[in-house]
Amino acid sequence: MPDFFSLSRHLTEEERQIQKTVRSFVDARVLPVIADHFEAGTFPTELIPEIASLGLLGCNLQGYGCAGLSEAGYGVAMQELERGDSGIRSFASVQGSLVMYPIHAFGSEEQKNKYLPEMAKGKLVGCFGLTEPDAGSNPNGMLTVAKEDGDGYVLNGTKRWITNGNLAHVALVWAKLHNKDGEVRGFLVPTDTKGFEARPIHKKMSLRASVTSELIMEDVRVKKDALLPGVRGMKGPLSCLTSARFGIAWGVIGAATACYDSALDYAKHRVQFGGKPIASHQLVQAKFAEMLTQITTMQLMATEVTRLKNEKQLRPQHVSMIKRNNVRDALGIARVCRDILGGNGITLEYPIMRHLMNLETVYTYEGTHDVHTLILGQDATGISAFE
Amino acid sequence: MKILVPLKRVSDPDNANKVKVTGGKLDASGLEWKPNPFDEYAVEAALRLTENGTNTKARVGEVVVVTFGPKEAETTLRAALATGADKAIRIDALDDALDGDVVARALKALVDKEKPDLVLLGKQAVDGDSNQVGQLLAEYLGWPQATFAASIKSNADKALIVSREVDGGALNLKLTLPAVVSVDLRIVAPKSVTSIHTPATHTYPDGVRFAALMAIMAAKKKPMTEVKLADLVTDAATKIKYTGFELPPSRKAGIKVKTVAELVEKLKNEAKAL
Ligand SMILES: Cc1cc2nc3c(=O)[nH]c(=O)nc-3n(C[C@H](O)[C@H](O)[C@H](O)COP(=O)(O)OP(=O)(O)OC[C@H]3O[C@@H](n4cnc5c(N)ncnc54)[C@H](O)[C@@H]3O)c2cc1C
Repeated sequence: MPDFFSLSRHLTEEERQIQKTVRSFVDARVLPVIADHFEAGTFPTELIPEIASLGLLGCNLQGYGCAGLSEAGYGVAMQELERGDSGIRSFASVQGSLVMYPIHAFGSEEQKNKYLPEMAKGKLVGCFGLTEPDAGSNPNGMLTVAKEDGDGYVLNGTKRWITNGNLAHVALVWAKLHNKDGEVRGFLVPTDTKGFEARPIHKKMSLRASVTSELIMEDVRVKKDALLPGVRGMKGPLSCLTSARFGIAWGVIGAATACYDSALDYAKHRVQFGGKPIASHQLVQAKFAEMLTQITTMQLMATEVTRLKNEKQLRPQHVSMIKRNNVRDALGIARVCRDILGGNGITLEYPIMRHLMNLETVYTYEGTHDVHTLILGQDATGISAFE
Repeated sequence: MKILVPLKRVSDPDNANKVKVTGGKLDASGLEWKPNPFDEYAVEAALRLTENGTNTKARVGEVVVVTFGPKEAETTLRAALATGADKAIRIDALDDALDGDVVARALKALVDKEKPDLVLLGKQAVDGDSNQVGQLLAEYLGWPQATFAASIKSNADKALIVSREVDGGALNLKLTLPAVVSVDLRIVAPKSVTSIHTPATHTYPDGVRFAALMAIMAAKKKPMTEVKLADLVTDAATKIKYTGFELPPSRKAGIKVKTVAELVEKLKNEAKAL
C-alpha cells in the first residue's frame, strides 16, 4: 500500500497494530472467499462472528461492549476492510455508524443496554431505513409516517436500497410524525414485527457481496419505547450519515490502494513490445504518477479530517468534501487500473473490476457525488442550489 | 502451567529489497519489523495450552513473552500481549551484541528467576536461520527438549507428548516438565494443541489468532518490564563473530531459447545442470 508522505507516522502504535490486525484478517478470511460471494451475489454471513469478535462493529463507540477506538483507529480499520470489499465495509458502516451510533448518541439507557452489547457481538444485526423509492437525495421528502396510537405508534411506508435489510433483526426506521408538522423521528423496529417485510433487491451489478433490500411497512405497531428519544428532525439521520461518511472517506482509500497495488504488480510483470514490462513505458508511468498523487491527497485529507474530528472542529461540509473527493478519485483509479490489466482487468481473478463496480454504489450512497457538490457550492457561495 | 515464550522481531521479508550493506555492515535503518513467524506460532501454541478454547478470555495459566532488543522492540511484545499473553519482559540489548549462545545463556538466567514449566520457542528466526537457541537453552538448563514440534498434547500439565514430523511419519516424544520445546508451522493447525482445559471437540481456526481491537487498546496496561542484559549474563561475549556482509549478486536477466535442442545445449554447457 503506497504511503508516499509516510503519513502512518502520525498513527499511534495501537492504531498501527489495529491496521495490521484488520489487514491480516482481510488477507486470511475475506480475500479468499470474496470473489465467489461477489459472483454469487451473497454476503459472507459466515464472517460475522469473527468480524464481531475482532471488535469491528461499533468500534469507535465507548462502553456497552464496544472497542472504543480513536477516530484514526476507526479510519484505518474501515480502510483495511474496504481493501477487502466495499460490501464488507458497508456491513460494518451500517451496523456501527448508522445503527449503533444513533442508539449510543440518542437512545435511552434501556435501548443502549438492550441493543449495543448484542450488536457489538454481531448477534443482532441492524439496518438503517432512510431512503425511499421517491425520496433519495432529498430524504426530507419521505412519505413514511408514524401515527401515535394508544401506548405506541403505527408505521406505514416503504424504504428502498436498505443495506442489511434481509439480515437485520432491528431496523432503524426514519418516519414523519403524523400531526406534528411532519417532524422526522427514528424508530427501532424489530424486523419480526407484524406488518414488516424485507424483500431483497436482485440483479444488482454493484455491491454484490452485500444484502440490499426494500422494507415494506403496513400498519407496523411498535411500543412507545421504540422511539429514539434524543433527537428530532433531519439532524438525526444526517448526523449518522456524517459519522458513516467519515468511515467511507477512509474506506475507499483501501479500495483504491487494492487496485493500485494489483495494477502495479501486473504492470511490472506484463511484457509487451520489445521485451520490456508495460511499466517501463511513459504512458503507463504517467498513470501511476497520477494515481499515486491522488492516493496521497486522499490520505492527507483523511489525516487532516481526523485531526479536525479529534479537535471537535469537524463540520459536515468537511466530510462532504472528503467523501466527494475520495470516492471520485477511488472510482477514477479503479477505472485506470482496470485498463492497465487489459483483458484480465475485467475478471474476478483480480480485485479491480469488483472494486470498480462497488465504487459506483459508494459514489451514489451516503449523498451522491453531486449532492456533496451542492453542499460545498452552498458553503462557498452562501446560496442553496438544491431546489 | 506457566510458559515462557522468547520472541524475536525480524525485518519484514516482504521488504527484503530494502536491506542495505554499508561498509561491510548491515544497515537496518528504514526496515519494517514483524515478529518472527515461528515465534508467533509459539505464542499461539502457548495460549492454547493455557486457556479453555471455548472461552479464551478466562486464562488457566500464564504466558510470559520475552524479547531482546531496543525500546522499539516493545511493539513486538505488545502485539503478543494483545493476542492474550499475560506479561512481557524486554531484555535491553542491541542485535549486534547478540548471538544464539548469549541469548540462550541470558534466557537460562531468566528461567531461573521466572520458573516457567515450559519454554516454547519458534524453531528458528527467519532472519539468521540459526536454529540454535532452543537446543542450547535446554542444554544449559539440563531440561528435556523436543524440537520442530508439529503437535503438543499436554497430560494434565505434568508431561507433554510432542509429535515431530520426520521422513516417513511422526516421531512422538514424551517429555516430563519442565522442558524446552521448539515449534514448526504445523503447530497452529486446528487440532495441533490439546490439553485438559479445552474440550476435545473444540476446533481452533487455522493459524494464529487475530488480536481483538479492544485487546490492542488494553495491551499497554499489561505488565512490561525491562531487564539489562548485564543483569542476566556476566560474560556477554558472543561466540559468533560476523566478519562481513554482502548482498546476494543481482540476478542476470533471463534469455529466450528458440528450440528444445538449444535449451538442452544451454543446460548442459552453460548452466552445467545436466
Ligand atoms: C447498494 C446501495 C445501498 C444503499 N444502502 C442504503 C441504506 O442502507 N440506507 C438508506 O437509507 N439508503 C441506502 N442507499 C440509498 C442511497 O443513499 C440513495 O440511492 C442515494 O441517496 C441517492 O438517491 P436515489 O437513488 O433516489 O437517486 P436520486 O436522488 O434520484 O438522484 C439521481 C441523480 O440526480 C442527482 N440529483 C438529485 N438531486 C439533485 C439536485 N438538486 N441537483 C442536481 N442533481 C441532483 C443525483 O446527484 C443523482 O445523480 C443505498 C443505495 C445503494 C445503491
